[in-house]
Amino acid sequence: MLAGLLVLVGLSAVLGVLLTLLARRGGAGDDQDVDAVCALLPQIQCAQCGYPGCRPYAEAIVRELAPLNLCPPGGEQTTQALARLLDREVGATPTQGTFRPGTVARIDEAACIGCARCLPACPVDAIVGAPRFMHTVIAAECTGCQLCLPACPVDCISMEAQ
Amino acid sequence: MGDLLLIATGAALVNNFVLVRFLGLCPVLGASSRLDNALGLSLATTLVLTLSSGLTWILDYWLLIPLDLGYLRILGFILVIAGTVQATELVLRHSSTILHQRLGVYLPLITSNCAVLGVALINTGRMSSLVEALVFGLAAGLGFCLVMISFSGLRERLAAADVPLHFRGVPIALVTASLMSLAFLGFAGLSQS
Repeated sequence: MLAGLLVLVGLSAVLGVLLTLLARRGGAGDDQDVDAVCALLPQIQCAQCGYPGCRPYAEAIVRELAPLNLCPPGGEQTTQALARLLDREVGATPTQGTFRPGTVARIDEAACIGCARCLPACPVDAIVGAPRFMHTVIAAECTGCQLCLPACPVDCISMEAQ
Repeated sequence: MGDLLLIATGAALVNNFVLVRFLGLCPVLGASSRLDNALGLSLATTLVLTLSSGLTWILDYWLLIPLDLGYLRILGFILVIAGTVQATELVLRHSSTILHQRLGVYLPLITSNCAVLGVALINTGRMSSLVEALVFGLAAGLGFCLVMISFSGLRERLAAADVPLHFRGVPIALVTASLMSLAFLGFAGLSQS
């Protein structure tokens, strides 16, 4: 009876201590840092950095898994702001990718075959359409991220000045 | 080596945990409607199954059996499994963001997966070494993966199929599962050789 009690108490204590240590090791202040980094990113969730959105990219930056210059919509300004906030060197590496903020996607409606492949590619749901119906872009919603271009099998999407 | 192979095929196919022993049915029926979810859940389950199978074996053989505390087995095992799940979640969160995003939401669910406790309890008195226990856990997990992934593939097809009104949803899923279970009974012939 006593042995059983001791074993259970000991087991729980060991597990508790181990889990606490593991949880501490990751650093408790993570969340605030991620919030601060995330606030500097443009929040258009375009995924051009290779992460699913701005917050995942911010998390990767805080854990030092990703460089600061992966955000084309934010451009050089964002890279510098991130470097100041985190006190990290970016060196002479320019921001990767090209992004023209003044552009929106336009679908050549005569060429559109209604395949609906560009719909899931759009991070801000700015493309209207359904399978076998012509699609179009809501210009006011489009962020110009160009993610719909590779999705189109007939290359009927082009970037135009706003 | 031959023993290990026998244990592995036994746990993965002949006595498949889901379709022959009917353990861990809740995630198979509950989380199998999409293939990518099923993949994440089954990989996370395999990881936890292997770890917890080894850890509960250690607990059993080093602590419970020498102290003659067999009656504490279920309680102790549940503690260890819950601890393993939590630890895996923490390690994944800090070490691999992408893996944590894929598997993170499913990990807490595994605590209450009866296949995990089932593996630990079946280990008792059958596995003579830690390696055997680990292989048993891994094979049980792979068997779980096999069923989970093929079942969710079938369900994705069923979602587009013209199922009679009263069979739609859970009924047709149960019919599918029972047919798969019948098919897996065929593996019983393997144990003779």
